[in-house]
Amino acid sequence: MKKLVESLSVLFGKTPGRPAPEEISKKAQTVHAGMAEKMTRELHLHVAAERAKKAAAANVWRRRRWAVLIVVNLLFVVSYKFDIQLMEGALTGSRFVGFHMADLNAALQVMLAYKQVLINLLIGIVTIFLVWWLLGGRTFCSWVCPYHLLSEWAEILHLKLAKKKLVKDNSFDRRGRTLLWITFAVLAFATGYTIFETISPTGIISRALIYGPGVALVWVLGLLLFEVLYSRRAWCRYACPIGLTYGLVGSLSPMKVVHDASKCFNDGACRQVCMVPHVLNSTIKGRAKTVKTDLGADCTRCGACMDVCPTDALNFKFKGMGKL
Amino acid sequence: MDKKETPTPKPAMTMKRRKFLRTLVMTGGLVGASLVGLVPVAKGWVKRLRPPGALLEKDFLASCIKCGQCVQVCPVEAISLADLIDGVGVGTPIIDPRQQACDFSCDGLQCVLACPTGALTHHINYPHEAEMAVAKVVRPKLCLASQGKGVHGTARGDNFHGLLRYDEVDRWNPIPVSDHQYDLEVCDLCVRQCPIEIRIAQCAAGNPPAGDENQCPPEPAIRLVETGEVDGRKTFAPEVLSGCVGCGVCEMICPAEPSVFEMGLDNRGGHA
Repeated sequence: MKKLVESLSVLFGKTPGRPAPEEISKKAQTVHAGMAEKMTRELHLHVAAERAKKAAAANVWRRRRWAVLIVVNLLFVVSYKFDIQLMEGALTGSRFVGFHMADLNAALQVMLAYKQVLINLLIGIVTIFLVWWLLGGRTFCSWVCPYHLLSEWAEILHLKLAKKKLVKDNSFDRRGRTLLWITFAVLAFATGYTIFETISPTGIISRALIYGPGVALVWVLGLLLFEVLYSRRAWCRYACPIGLTYGLVGSLSPMKVVHDASKCFNDGACRQVCMVPHVLNSTIKGRAKTVKTDLGADCTRCGACMDVCPTDALNFKFKGMGKL
Repeated sequence: MDKKETPTPKPAMTMKRRKFLRTLVMTGGLVGASLVGLVPVAKGWVKRLRPPGALLEKDFLASCIKCGQCVQVCPVEAISLADLIDGVGVGTPIIDPRQQACDFSCDGLQCVLACPTGALTHHINYPHEAEMAVAKVVRPKLCLASQGKGVHGTARGDNFHGLLRYDEVDRWNPIPVSDHQYDLEVCDLCVRQCPIEIRIAQCAAGNPPAGDENQCPPEPAIRLVETGEVDGRKTFAPEVLSGCVGCGVCEMICPAEPSVFEMGLDNRGGHA
């Protein structure tokens, strides 16, 4: 329960800090104490070598994830273009071989605005809730959302420019996202119009892919430019209410990334590639409360941390099935 | 330490304040941007024809989830999704009847069945129950029939891409209007191609669509009224009747340029 509360408060914008000594389990304390011992010169060299190997292996999880993301989005496009009725609709609402699915955030906006729920929409909501509860909530973001992919490319560009000192990453207060989520919910209820959908890059891109491009893509381009020039991954990190909605779903999910402090060298490579590094608090020296820590609800299960961790300290886990 | 020295804010504090302000500006900016999209919609500056079964505009905007499933099932591809600059709600379905009207060639109102949220109400089952608009005769002087003129050849020229179902050609597949040749002494296309009038005629002949009596419209939608003679040829004027559902076929098929018809959205345009 305490873990869930912590996970949710970080999701809503809290910055996790250093745990009080009494919060750290005996076993974890032993792990922390043994850290100095672990840090021999040989091990350092070993870690460095592993890290180089990982870098050469080039992002296994990222490749898998990009493949899934592209296939899912193409499924919509192909289904419509060739009229095979496999995946009808767009990401906001669809039918998979006739079975209703509804994006939870879009459905929420409609319910708040319309104040009625039709059975089809309810079926769609329950289905999608179960799917993303099983798969980890924000898994939607990194494995399906088309804006995420574009934003990753923008991030690569941003980091290149930042390296040349041409741009700087300006961070925002993550509580802004919670504020936006509440604001858009209240606005939908008060105005009777699904206001957020006007600026939702997820919906705009999904529809553009399926039904053809439009002027609305200019907005998406603007967001990407903002991320390249001003703030790394700003939309997904600090703004998107869809991410928060799926984060809530994922808070109780059996699908997690788990951190093993006994294997961790507090190297920090994971936090550098992570879009939501606050979920990796336990990877900072002395901060793991238990030997094994489930990453919080804001984790998108993208696997970037696993792609870079030189000591295999981070892994996917499905509760009851162990390490995947 | 010199006591007279004014305390300068710690760098960490300025950073924090800056971050707070930045966040405020971004959050406000995003909400502002989304509200800009609301203005034309709330003010009703633009009115566009919605698919059959659409709720009254206010309810329609609240309930549409912008997925485009209605677009995908339409056999004549009459529906498209509104863009940012259309001002009727990004991603909501609209019909541009002059380019492609809803000709009800699906008979079963596929778009209504496809809609996951009931923005296209599931309370209607047949074309004559739709309340999309009411056709208006806006350019009576352009009407060919009013000049005693006929149609010889295609209705809209060879470059027109619109589709229409011609029962006598192919009961199941709509064909390009540009593939259909007419030879009419006096133009009566608005009546001849009206989906409601076609159904009334079929029912009168004891042949309702799909053998279903419920498909029979209770009231006529349009007719031509004799107005006199020009150079020995009879002249007519179209008159829209109470059975009109606003599908837009008369606007699309009208050979005059621009069309004699427009879909009036003042008194209709949605189900309560």
